[in-house]
Amino acid sequence: MRRIILSLVLLVVGVAAIAQESFPINGIRDVRAGMYAFTNATIIQNESVKFEKGTLVIKQGKIIAIGANVVIPKEAIVVDCAGKFIYPSFIDPFTDYGAGTPKRNTAGFNYGAPAQFSSNKSGAYNWNQAIKPEVNASESFNVDEASASGYRSNGFGTVFTHVKDGIARGTGSVVTLASGSANAAILKTKAAAVYSFDKGTSTQSYPASLMGSIALLRQTYMDAKWYLTKPLNEGVNLSLEAINNNNGLPQIFSADDKWSTLRADRIGDEAGIQYIIKGGENGYQRIDEIVKTKASFIIGIDFPIALDVEDANDARFVSLADMKHWELAPTNPAAFEKANINFSISAADMKDSKNFLPNIRKAIQYGLSENKALEALTKTPATQLGVYDQVGSLDNGKLANFIITTEPIFSSNAKIIENWIQGSKYEVNASEWVNLAGKYKLTINNGITKTDYAVELKKDLSASIIAADTLTAKVSLNESLIKISFPEKKGKAAENIRLSGAIVGADMTGFGTDAKGAKITWTASLVGPLVVVAEPKKATDSIKLISKVTFPFVGLGNEVIPQQETILIKNATVWTNEKEGILQNTDVLLKSGKIAKIGKGITDATARTIDGTGKYLSAGIIDEHSHIGALSINEGAQSVTSEVRIGDNMNPEDVNIYRQLSGGVTTSHILHGSANTIGGQTQLIKLRWGASDEGIKFGGNDPFIKFALGENVKRTTSSNNNRYPDTRMGVEEVLTDAFDRAVDYQKAIKANPNTRRDLELDAISEIMNKKRFITCHSYVQTEITYAMRAVEKFKAQGYDFNINTFTHILDGYKVADKMKVHGASVATFSDWFNYKTEVQDATSYNAAIMQKVGLNTSINSDDAEMARRLNQEAGKIVKYGGVSEEEAFKMVTLNPAKALHIENKVGSIKVGKDADVVLWSENPLSIYAKSLYTIVDGTVYFDREKDAVQRTKIATERTKLIQKMLGEKKAGAPTKPATPSYQTILQCGDHEHEDHLATIYESQNN
Amino acid sequence: MQKKYSKLFIASLALLSITAKAQETIYPTAAQKGTTVITHATIHVGNGTVLNDASISFENGKITAVGNNVSIPTGATVVDATGKQVYPGFILPSSDLGLREISSGVRGSNDYQEIGENNANIRAIVAYNTDSKNIAVLRENGILLAGVAPQGDLIEGAASVVQLDAWNYEDAAYKTDNGIYINMPSFMPRRGRAAFMARPTGIDPVKAGLDKIEIIKKFFTDAKAYYQEKTHIGNNLRFEAVRGLYDGKQKLYIRANEVKQMLLAIDLGKSLGFNIVIVGGSEAFQIANILADNNVSVILDQEHALPTMEDDDIDQPYKTPAMLYKAGVLFALNDTHDQSRFRNLAFNAGTAATYGLDKEQALTAITLNAAKILGIDNITGSIEVGKDANILVANGDALDMRGNIFSKTYIQGRDVSLDNKQKQLYERYKFKYGIK
Repeated sequence: MRRIILSLVLLVVGVAAIAQESFPINGIRDVRAGMYAFTNATIIQNESVKFEKGTLVIKQGKIIAIGANVVIPKEAIVVDCAGKFIYPSFIDPFTDYGAGTPKRNTAGFNYGAPAQFSSNKSGAYNWNQAIKPEVNASESFNVDEASASGYRSNGFGTVFTHVKDGIARGTGSVVTLASGSANAAILKTKAAAVYSFDKGTSTQSYPASLMGSIALLRQTYMDAKWYLTKPLNEGVNLSLEAINNNNGLPQIFSADDKWSTLRADRIGDEAGIQYIIKGGENGYQRIDEIVKTKASFIIGIDFPIALDVEDANDARFVSLADMKHWELAPTNPAAFEKANINFSISAADMKDSKNFLPNIRKAIQYGLSENKALEALTKTPATQLGVYDQVGSLDNGKLANFIITTEPIFSSNAKIIENWIQGSKYEVNASEWVNLAGKYKLTINNGITKTDYAVELKKDLSASIIAADTLTAKVSLNESLIKISFPEKKGKAAENIRLSGAIVGADMTGFGTDAKGAKITWTASLVGPLVVVAEPKKATDSIKLISKVTFPFVGLGNEVIPQQETILIKNATVWTNEKEGILQNTDVLLKSGKIAKIGKGITDATARTIDGTGKYLSAGIIDEHSHIGALSINEGAQSVTSEVRIGDNMNPEDVNIYRQLSGGVTTSHILHGSANTIGGQTQLIKLRWGASDEGIKFGGNDPFIKFALGENVKRTTSSNNNRYPDTRMGVEEVLTDAFDRAVDYQKAIKANPNTRRDLELDAISEIMNKKRFITCHSYVQTEITYAMRAVEKFKAQGYDFNINTFTHILDGYKVADKMKVHGASVATFSDWFNYKTEVQDATSYNAAIMQKVGLNTSINSDDAEMARRLNQEAGKIVKYGGVSEEEAFKMVTLNPAKALHIENKVGSIKVGKDADVVLWSENPLSIYAKSLYTIVDGTVYFDREKDAVQRTKIATERTKLIQKMLGEKKAGAPTKPATPSYQTILQCGDHEHEDHLATIYESQNN
Repeated sequence: MQKKYSKLFIASLALLSITAKAQETIYPTAAQKGTTVITHATIHVGNGTVLNDASISFENGKITAVGNNVSIPTGATVVDATGKQVYPGFILPSSDLGLREISSGVRGSNDYQEIGENNANIRAIVAYNTDSKNIAVLRENGILLAGVAPQGDLIEGAASVVQLDAWNYEDAAYKTDNGIYINMPSFMPRRGRAAFMARPTGIDPVKAGLDKIEIIKKFFTDAKAYYQEKTHIGNNLRFEAVRGLYDGKQKLYIRANEVKQMLLAIDLGKSLGFNIVIVGGSEAFQIANILADNNVSVILDQEHALPTMEDDDIDQPYKTPAMLYKAGVLFALNDTHDQSRFRNLAFNAGTAATYGLDKEQALTAITLNAAKILGIDNITGSIEVGKDANILVANGDALDMRGNIFSKTYIQGRDVSLDNKQKQLYERYKFKYGIK
């Protein structure tokens, strides 16, 4: 009931400005011009034009005049704004205000639950539930008064709103925050189309990973293009139709993280779309890459609040990166300004909207210019959304959307008094409007005598009555009604004189009771201003930052990304992996990222010299099977997901990159997991610590794809699997069927160029044409054999390809001869066994047997920890099976290079190859060997001495930031409980560790 | 159809029996007869000392002489260990060996974790399967004794020490029910499995943890009262099972990694008067001196692990043993890696030696210290007169994969087989491919 009354009241406020012609009226029409003149204000017309003592005239919800010398129309209601400030009201470009975003199931995705393969949405829509471009926010939009008043109190007058759900979210509308009808509030029905990586409320299994979301979106764009050709069999697809229809609109991509913004931009590049990217607060960490997107941005200002780190034990589990981000996040808007990026600011994702203005001011304190701040809240969002002709500045003809403030809006004490939207007034801090401060003469008339009091009333309504004693009065104001009470005299027992009245012009008058309860009347007339003691202006504290942006943005990052050098390693024992074998007392020169010279007595005046005496130099370790440096590993929602690409979701800030450098690893093959028979496309990386997500990619290598067989792909651990296949018999058929489909697909494309592009079959076709190569997770001999036969079958149809590499392959020794005939390489573990049913016949002699049969044999990690000791794992092959030390070491260097087709670039120490080398303290197969330097492309990415220095630096920086956080807490700033900065370690699905406190091991083995 | 099935079934059974038979011809060795003398060996005693060109003599399973002047009785079996390194048998201090054959996905092979919060009365020894295929693999890698412990929610049950060359669990028992295991509740907020959707559960983990510790304390306080009763209302198996804790015959093994867990474990030990051992200890380096001051020993799990935090020193778990040593903590190293099934215990010691421990100290951490912590140092853990002849003869430095090949292995003087299923499969396929 209360709610209804409230909205009725507000409706009354709203009626004046806009009337709707098509709506019948119950009663008598009430037409008003709504003409107002706001005079004597400091008017900020836009981010660069300002009028001191300006006038703003509005009529019927629009601005009709603005300036310093405006003639005030006689019919205008004049609002004297002396001492006040008027700004165009703010525009939030990324809300779901009133759009009715469905609630997410907070329980999250259940990997153990049966899969849902098709969409639950009925109608002629897309196959995937997360693709809903047909949704139009304007159709579900409703004025939401509660939410609107929150926005209005922060100075917003207009927002972009959309249904915040799904990967393709449909169109959003620009609406004002006016009360009343939705009809009047909507300024533009289809203002922009919105996309994201987040499947939202979709209950469909696919996509179950970030890379799956990306693949789905890429495919959807291609489908939409194809749909334009009116494919017969597709029938009507309202979703694809909507994408095409919305093509001309601004396209917004929601991608909160810095890397996600880059990912979004790449999707746009491929689809021919320049997105407006909705970023978060950490763009400053990679501003150079962000500039290169050339995108216009919407950024957040939900800066993290300090963590409560008083308990040393809690502080222990907070990462330096989290603490640094806490300190540096407020510099994000300034970084965007400095980089000349066009950006607007959104408050929509703030956990507490009360922080909006304080955070804007904080951003200004941290370097954002005031003009830019205003522009980012007005003109830029209006321009991004194509509504600058209606809102975003105070120009004639635009909507009368403005705020009246007590002080310049960005100064810390400024308050918004009123927020006018479409010519209607919304009070925010109405009491700020009235400034009763002054010296008054209060006359109390009891009908017999008149008593005068001198009253000093301050702006905050604290008042003193100057009589025999100075008495403190209680004053309260309700719009123009006032209540005053004060004691007759000092002392506890004194009775109060109580006055009730109204403000009449500059004076006040009314009636009341005196201390004895007798009726009185009273008048207070203004006699003069208060003598205001000017508060000393607080010197704005210059912001002192402890943190620096490092690359990557983690404790172990560098302020400057390591650079390529000319390096001469003198007098080392060089394990060449070439026919020269092991060379004693040899020099190696690295120049321009390549191995330039190998020999004795090499000199180079320009080179940094490293003494290798007593040390061992080898090629960098190559891990054929790794899952580091990526945000998702398994897209297991379907049995064939060859469309997904690990390379779409790299995380170059994974600290395991650095840790593995310390173990001599220079190249890693990042594989999709083993959740499904045909998994995703793999990504080869070099461990260039500090490079971007693209910068860590190996570059110029043959692409690979992950296949998997056996227990994982038949979802052995799930008790209610409904995903085909459930047996090895089915796995074999999934393989055959995929290639079979690809044969027809290739034929169809040849016959008709308008054939639907299918990213899944594109990848399979690449395999069949030897443009992409299979690395296949496998265990038992049956599956190894049938996988080979499944691909060999297609020779008859002209496709002569093979399984390039079998990984895991613990039963490989049983069919080593068959694999040799097939031409496969193998990559296995040194000594794993009995961790699942399919490895009961595992033997640590496997690698030795396969090597002796003549297979190109590698030892790989599939484990972020063990990858740091791959040299030792190779050493075990000497122990288990007596392979020579040189041959064993090749299993982690040259052999994986061969398996990955990069042996012409890496894997041995040979003139002309990449300068990817490791200087070891001991024989590299020994457990006592440590990498002293790990060099990639002639760049020292790991230097054990420098690492020792870094440790002290991290400790110092942590201490300082913890102190700073504690300082904030002491000063009364809000804090939140310290939450551990968990590390997520992704793995294949074959093993899990539980030995770490703040680590989440995730196999996503669904 | 029915017939066809049964044929298939029989065929698969036949197949199974072939593969399963692979190591069935590896026999436990009979008790030592006569005297064996290992000569010209470099003996790593296990207590930090190394004897060069020395000999060891043992009979009836016990070491009778060690040193440079050991006489060789007539008829003695002489093993010339010139150029070889001799070590005490390695001890895996805490494991689910024999209780869980396959580490994941096979419920039927799991006998390591009982249902319920308090299982003080269950005994690992009775489920220890001497026919586990994992045991012979560990022997190949120098592990001759193992602590076998149950796992559980809170009070886990009794652990025992077994020797790894036995027909059945009664033969294997080396020290029975030597400890009671409890699992310290965690004080860390938990997150969901999937990172991108994970959020703290909203339960205050500290309060929940403290509540559980109260349950533990109450159990042990009630037990003490129970022992004072002249007559019991009824027999209480749980109380009966932990009597040894009160007279020092058993130790309380407390699984704990977090600092808070360990501090509360120390308190638990002190307030109850128990001899406690921390099992896990990944954060033990943070409070090493406190552990030393309180005479708390540590079984350090899985040193081959990633540092806990992103900012931690990259070699933190590797150097944790050296930090404990420096602080004077009695500790043993453990291998809990589920995929290599604990076979790399020696290399955990090797890594500790790479990162700050002396090689002999590292050896002690998998021999004598483990024996001390398990309460068996009076009979094993070092190569000293009177102790069991649990001895390894290695080709080289056994802590380094480059030297870790054993030519002889003795358990209680028995020259035990170094064969296992993995080696047999090697032989089988060497035969197939004609590999020499």
